[in-house]
Amino acid sequence: MNPIISIENLFFTYADGTEALRDVTLEIFPNEVFVLFGPSRAGKSTLLRLLNRLSDLNEGSRHQGSIRFNDRSIFERGIDVIDLRRRISMVFAIPTPLPGSIRDNLTYGLKMAGVRDASILDERVERSLQQAALWDEVKDRLDTSAFALSGGQKQRLCIARSLALEPDVVVLDNPTSGLDPLSTATVEESLYELKKQYTIIMVPHSVQQGARVADRAAFLLDGEVVEVGSVSQLFVRPQDQRTEDYVTGRFG
Amino acid sequence: MTTANQAGPQHQARRRWGEWLIENTVRLAGVSTILIVALIFLFLLKEGIPTFLDIPLRQLFSGRWYPIESLYGILPLLVGSLLVTIGAVIIAVPLGLTVAIYLGEFAPSWLREFLKPLIEILAGIPSIVLGFLGWVVLAPLIQNLGASTGLTAFTGSLILAYMALPTIISISEDALYAVPKEYRDGALAIGATEWQTIWRVVLPAARSGLVIAVMLGVGRAIGETMAVLMVTGNAANIPKLGAGMFFQPVRTMTATIAAEMGEVAQGSLHYSTLFGIGIILFLITFAINSVASRVVGVQGSRRRGGQL
Repeated sequence: MNPIISIENLFFTYADGTEALRDVTLEIFPNEVFVLFGPSRAGKSTLLRLLNRLSDLNEGSRHQGSIRFNDRSIFERGIDVIDLRRRISMVFAIPTPLPGSIRDNLTYGLKMAGVRDASILDERVERSLQQAALWDEVKDRLDTSAFALSGGQKQRLCIARSLALEPDVVVLDNPTSGLDPLSTATVEESLYELKKQYTIIMVPHSVQQGARVADRAAFLLDGEVVEVGSVSQLFVRPQDQRTEDYVTGRFG
Repeated sequence: MTTANQAGPQHQARRRWGEWLIENTVRLAGVSTILIVALIFLFLLKEGIPTFLDIPLRQLFSGRWYPIESLYGILPLLVGSLLVTIGAVIIAVPLGLTVAIYLGEFAPSWLREFLKPLIEILAGIPSIVLGFLGWVVLAPLIQNLGASTGLTAFTGSLILAYMALPTIISISEDALYAVPKEYRDGALAIGATEWQTIWRVVLPAARSGLVIAVMLGVGRAIGETMAVLMVTGNAANIPKLGAGMFFQPVRTMTATIAAEMGEVAQGSLHYSTLFGIGIILFLITFAINSVASRVVGVQGSRRRGGQL
């Protein structure tokens, strides 16, 4: 099977000279849950933000190497960054509902993409909320403010907002960091459903969460990929001493 | 046992006295501010109320302001203030917001750090200096454009807009800056362009701050006297309706009070009419402030989860 995203010899340096990624090579396949884990400052978020070129916002940063999405370089001149971000959609650690109602939040992206047909909008709203396991809780108050939702609901709303665009890849940067265990479980469960339709790349909240949700995983340390493999390999029989130390909780 | 119980009754009494003192000092300060505002309004009412009792309303709102002939029609002054202020708002608000958006969202950081303090310094230019500038520089320019005189409502609007700009820019930029970075990321990450992000997410999120910025700027413009007195031509007539009305001399309410207060006999009808104008001015600013705080208030309750 062809990878949906392939990263080759990727280096990334911030404007202040911090080398955040060094020689990263990874392949991510369709319909898998790919987990990126490692201690803080390992470069996980940097890598995620490169995938949809949110890294463009970092003035003065530099990169080397390549990222190919569906066999096309995302750094290619003439690539439509806006379209890229619709196809590789991202959810952040802190839930970020946008000002407006629940429905507004879900239709923002679609309307900006030019979808005007009310029946399509309604249908996407319902489907994305169901996929994010939020529909039953909010179906009667779609037109109330998104700020009135609980923390867990807000995060699922943000996931639904990404899904409403029907992207190819959903990128989740520590989506359960602020959530209680029950909401965390709800989000984790929804991943099993989501990967039928989407490819999921996720930075987990903890090693344990990574082990629970991953099909394959990569361990990052100081901007380098230490080890990549299936979940059973990485979390049960790691090859590298550093991976083993981290997974068993000796540092991190 | 707690320390309070160990301290003994004397110590406790002293502490209670201290609490009492602080609490009441703060209360006094708070109440006195309100009291002063109330007293000012009462004084204004006392001096100005004969206007509304002695002059028939129809005459008061008529178009002839000739105090020497006992004609006190304030309509020209109202229209003058309105024209100058509307002109200033039309110029200053779009310009100010655009500059703020440029500084906050598009300008490279070095440029912003250079421009922002500069703009804030502009706010400190005394209004009389701006009036002088308007008289010497702007007025001849406008006359060259074809107006019969350079001292027009439009000249006043330009000066007022310039005075309101630093306030509008500076406070709007602060409001935009205060919008969490996560909002922008969130919008960009679902495929919004930079401009869509600003228009649909950042500006709505900063709305209350932007309204305050505009109100403070406009507030400065409405109450301004000296600069306007110098450049608007001081003619208490009602310009004919149409696009040309901005290019005729007018006189504002504030300028009338400033210009005539020195020559009026205390206690005369003319004297109390000037205070009457003050009351009307006060009511107008009060109304504008109330509307503004309503707008901001609605936004606040939305944040707390009210319905859209």
